[in-house]
Amino acid sequence: MSDPTPGNEIDIDHLARLARLTLGPEEKDQARQQLANIIAMIDTMQTVDTEGVQPMAHPLDATQRLRTDEVTEDVDPDRFQTGAPATAEHYYLVPRVVE
Amino acid sequence: MPPIPTLKSLKSGLENRDFSSAEITRAYLDSIAESSLNAFITVDEEGALVAARMADERYRNGTAGSLTGVPIAHKDIFCTQGVNTTCGSKMLASFTAPYDATVVTRLKDAGAVCIGKTNMDEFAMGSSNETSFFGPVKNPWNPEAVPGGSSGGSAAAVAARLVPAATGTDTGGSIRQPASFTGITGLKPTYGRVSRYGMIAFASSLDQGGPMTGDAEDAALLLAHMAGFDHRDSTSANRNDEWLSRLQTENLPVLDSRLRVGLPTQYFQAVDNPVLQTALEQVRVWLEAEGHECVEVSLPHTEVAVAAYYVIAGAEASTNLSRYDGVRFGHRCENPESLEDLYERSRSEGFGDEVKRRILTGTYALSVGYFDAYYIKAQKIRRLIARDFIDAFSEVDLLLTPTATGPAFNAGALTHDPVAMYNQDKFTVPVSLAGLPALSMPCGFDDGLPLGAQLIGPHFAEERILKLAASFQRATDWHARTAPCACIPEVLQ
Repeated sequence: MSDPTPGNEIDIDHLARLARLTLGPEEKDQARQQLANIIAMIDTMQTVDTEGVQPMAHPLDATQRLRTDEVTEDVDPDRFQTGAPATAEHYYLVPRVVE
Repeated sequence: MPPIPTLKSLKSGLENRDFSSAEITRAYLDSIAESSLNAFITVDEEGALVAARMADERYRNGTAGSLTGVPIAHKDIFCTQGVNTTCGSKMLASFTAPYDATVVTRLKDAGAVCIGKTNMDEFAMGSSNETSFFGPVKNPWNPEAVPGGSSGGSAAAVAARLVPAATGTDTGGSIRQPASFTGITGLKPTYGRVSRYGMIAFASSLDQGGPMTGDAEDAALLLAHMAGFDHRDSTSANRNDEWLSRLQTENLPVLDSRLRVGLPTQYFQAVDNPVLQTALEQVRVWLEAEGHECVEVSLPHTEVAVAAYYVIAGAEASTNLSRYDGVRFGHRCENPESLEDLYERSRSEGFGDEVKRRILTGTYALSVGYFDAYYIKAQKIRRLIARDFIDAFSEVDLLLTPTATGPAFNAGALTHDPVAMYNQDKFTVPVSLAGLPALSMPCGFDDGLPLGAQLIGPHFAEERILKLAASFQRATDWHARTAPCACIPEVLQ
């Protein structure tokens, strides 16, 4: 088994950035330590010989079901946008991206 | 011991006009209002009473269906049109879905009265119901103990007789472990058996809805109404099992064959609680007395299942939860300065600690340089675990294992040690990775807290599991014992 990943080797800022999360200084220290413990636990996987084993993505090894390319349902924005924080004329409103 | 109110007994009482749906619905609503377990996030008093009166009308005009007028509750992960769906998160605290989940539609069509939405770990991530934004749920057997998770609210509600049955979901044990901790029966069906449409996604290759009930007969009845092919779920299994549709209107047939039951060495060796060991031994003794054969089997990759599970579940969660961006639905931060700020602050304010931890774990496993070492490796181990079960089922009909490592632990005992909390799931996650059906049934008590035994079957063999569990429950009364705080409504006594 490989050595547990030390907490200081985890680039928590990079991970938080990828996950679009902002962590405060204390949160960051705690997350780094806990993540190090979790990674040490998941590193036990490295003890298993998986040479030649096909990765399993679906528990029944099912393939994507296809159907005829026909319109089957209508989209009703008035109904589906009721939970949106800010909309106008069926658009979603966000802060200005292009000045 | 008075018989516990079940879906079946309530249905027969309604048919015989012993009581009306409005009366029992009112009685359950009153019990919920008096309960201090925090088992519900939303109680839909008005909707339930309207549905109950309509059900009573159907009895009068002779159009009642197989669950007409029977109160049930939904885990708050199932979308319900017009009633809040929070998934236990601040992110969705004021979210109302514009549509019903398929499970909700099916149970509504069968006539069931939805009384409310049950509490749960945030986004179903937890084994103790302590990560809910709406506060922890108490175990009806001992308020100091957790009810298990993530379907802890459904489990506590059924155990405290606040509702005869509830829906749950199971990604790594979230139906079975809380069923074990609260002394009820919980079934995780085969992956694909129950539609995931409208069931808020956590880890899509693992998530599966199922029944949480007082006994195996009720689990069979509720499953029959929840299950079935759904074109809206891309991983729905296109099956047409006659035994399952018959269960909508007929009783579960009595087990009439002798089974070979496998006892996996790796599971039994990992049990260090002597009371649980004895309880499981008594299940084995009963099996043999009934003419079933018990044999030891080996599932050699059991020990790495928790590791592979937390990589796969984390990776899928980090992907699924990217949809919460403060734009289309859910929590949005105040006065965002930019689009990036909107995403980051909405997510950071809306998600709790455990959800952030899982997102970060998944992000790590999927990031450049780690993808093969973690994600692909976990998927390979998943196949080895699935093969272990295939090998075992070439020798035996079912497997018997403990559901959890012991009885419910105390609130706060594991909250500061995520890895210890994750290890709680070691007997339930292998089944999830392999997509197999498994049921937890009460099999004893340790210091006043229930213990659970898990029956695992091959894909789509729920009938065999349910029949054996029902047979066990005809011979024992563990499932019929009632928690100290439980209160059976007077109208049903």
